[in-house]
Amino acid sequence: MQYLPNILFSIALAAGIGYFTLNIRKIIRNIKLGQEVNASDNKGQRWSNMVRIALGQSKMVVRPIPGLLHIFVYVGFVIINIEVLEIIIDGIFGTHRVLSTILPEGLYNFLIGSFEILALLVLVGVILFWTRRNIQKLKRFWNPEMKGWPKNDGNFILYFEMVLMVLFLTMNAADQSLQSLGAAHYVEAGSFPISKFIVPLIDGFSEGTLFAIERGAWWLHILGILIFLNYLYFSKHLHILLAFPNVYFGKVTPKGKFKNLESVTNEVKMMMDPNVDPFAAPAEGTQEAPSKFGASDVMDLSRIQLLNAYTCTECGRCTSECPANITGKKLSPRKIMMDTRDRLEEIGKNIDKNGEFKPDGKQLLDDYITREELWACTTCNACVEACPVSIDPLSIIMDMRQYLVMEQSAAPTELNVAMTNIENNGAPWPYNQMDRLNWKNEN
Amino acid sequence: MAEYMAQGKQPEVLFWVGCAGSFDDRAKKITKAFVKLLHKANIDFAVLGTEESCTGDPAKRAGNEFLFQMQAMANIEVLNGYGIKKIVTACPHCFNTIGNEYPELGGTYEIMHHTQFLKSLLDEGKLKVEGGKFKGKKITFHDPCYLGRANGEYEAPRNLLEKLEVELVEMKRNKKHGMCCGAGGAQMFKEPEAGDKDVNVERTEQAMETSAKIIATGCPFCMVMMTDGVKAKNAEENVQVMDVAEMIANAEDL
Repeated sequence: MQYLPNILFSIALAAGIGYFTLNIRKIIRNIKLGQEVNASDNKGQRWSNMVRIALGQSKMVVRPIPGLLHIFVYVGFVIINIEVLEIIIDGIFGTHRVLSTILPEGLYNFLIGSFEILALLVLVGVILFWTRRNIQKLKRFWNPEMKGWPKNDGNFILYFEMVLMVLFLTMNAADQSLQSLGAAHYVEAGSFPISKFIVPLIDGFSEGTLFAIERGAWWLHILGILIFLNYLYFSKHLHILLAFPNVYFGKVTPKGKFKNLESVTNEVKMMMDPNVDPFAAPAEGTQEAPSKFGASDVMDLSRIQLLNAYTCTECGRCTSECPANITGKKLSPRKIMMDTRDRLEEIGKNIDKNGEFKPDGKQLLDDYITREELWACTTCNACVEACPVSIDPLSIIMDMRQYLVMEQSAAPTELNVAMTNIENNGAPWPYNQMDRLNWKNEN
Repeated sequence: MAEYMAQGKQPEVLFWVGCAGSFDDRAKKITKAFVKLLHKANIDFAVLGTEESCTGDPAKRAGNEFLFQMQAMANIEVLNGYGIKKIVTACPHCFNTIGNEYPELGGTYEIMHHTQFLKSLLDEGKLKVEGGKFKGKKITFHDPCYLGRANGEYEAPRNLLEKLEVELVEMKRNKKHGMCCGAGGAQMFKEPEAGDKDVNVERTEQAMETSAKIIATGCPFCMVMMTDGVKAKNAEENVQVMDVAEMIANAEDL
């Protein structure tokens, strides 16, 4: 019976990691529904972006206050994971503070001490984040697309982190008391610069009670972490993992460079080549004409764009910089990303259920993203610049515009007029091309 | 350009005028101011004149990739036919399209925005600028998206303004975080979607908050939008919108 906790722990750990792996594989499967893209170029630039932007948080600190708070939480999250390693070893083998027996005392004390300080900083950061959302009510957290689940999701994550940090500090406080009582198993180890202030609150408790508090906090803490790990899949919080690949695959060309559609290039070249026989049958083995120009559903988007959608943590910096959104138009770049993910997950569930995708009569265009949103974009790249993890909402807007114009001829009337002008007289206005040089002789 | 070709000469640089610079009455003034500066600096330049055609930028950003590539290929054929190596343009949209999107279609040129070109003339001493009537005046610079964020050029126009010895005051949203005038993405050619306000009015208000006397810019479309914005605020008497090239030419009374 004495191994019961070890066995229970191992089962919980395996279940937690197993379910998480299962869901991660679903994410990968869903992303692979998108069009393949070649991103094997500019490796040096890509790695350096990842180090600077993702690891180094360089774009987070553009807004200093949330940037700093985010660094507390981020560094805390990364460093405190060393402690989780110890917890996992202790859990499996029934040891207690195993690293204290391996590491030099000074180093171990330093580590535990810094975890505690970081835990406090995380707690402070998370509480301030919560106030910014719920008390200060920053506009970007109250846009229309943030109603319901997205709003709750944001708060749940903050509650999770608060509880985990409090449990961690409580566990350490009880541990200290047990150490000073000389309880069995509780070797003297660690320095506790923060939790020592909790000790007076539990002073005078019996050894049994302290033991219950310590074990209770220990179990809840590690189970909480496993639950949180599995919550990620259902939440906007995936960015803690996906930010890294997403920044790596982010755009490395000037922001103003929009990709040229190769399928169109081939057609145009044919049109302009006087030697082409317009009635010739396509050569054997040539690729068939693409089934579609632009994007009307998530499968038409690239894998990078779909990764973008999973990475988005709905911070809304893009939307708060978008000139269309600032002036009250329906377009919100954040909503473009949220819609893309929602639709992709809908298709994923469809595949889970039917084994393969059964058309459901819906698509990203119109059922999620309206034409009004797409046409409000000025392609100014403010959203792309604002994103701290290199998401490109503009590219999705452009692909969907291409579908509207090239597949459906559904551009706004005034744009059709401008395009006809370009086609006929080489300028978006109805001027004669022969008058192009008139300015020379005017005063 | 055809005349140069006939004489078997190559100009130092081709001035790509652009549709706005050719046809829009306000933008034509920018074209003329820039040409005056080119003459003053003794630059041997040519224009395509009636052989120039829309780069295709508004078509591409509207989603019409076909029309864009047809325009692009036709232009590239003309440019390559003349053996053009270096292009300067006063329009950030032409600048972006030719510089970033033409190379893959077979058109690779050295392209400069006119503010970059003017800066290089000053640096080389081919052109001299003094503050003149703009000295000490409060001026704010509106970053065109396709010059700034799209291509990372924030300093060349500001450098020119510094040379004019103006008092440069920045808007809250500037450089990387500059706000669009509302014309990009082919918005110039359509009515805006329903909202609380027009983008150009919002941006003009931001510019007027700096209490600058002149809103300087480097794009014919920003010019239209900001000028309309100033009109919408009934502030034409207090605030002018000017292209940086015009300011340099005016300072010299060219």
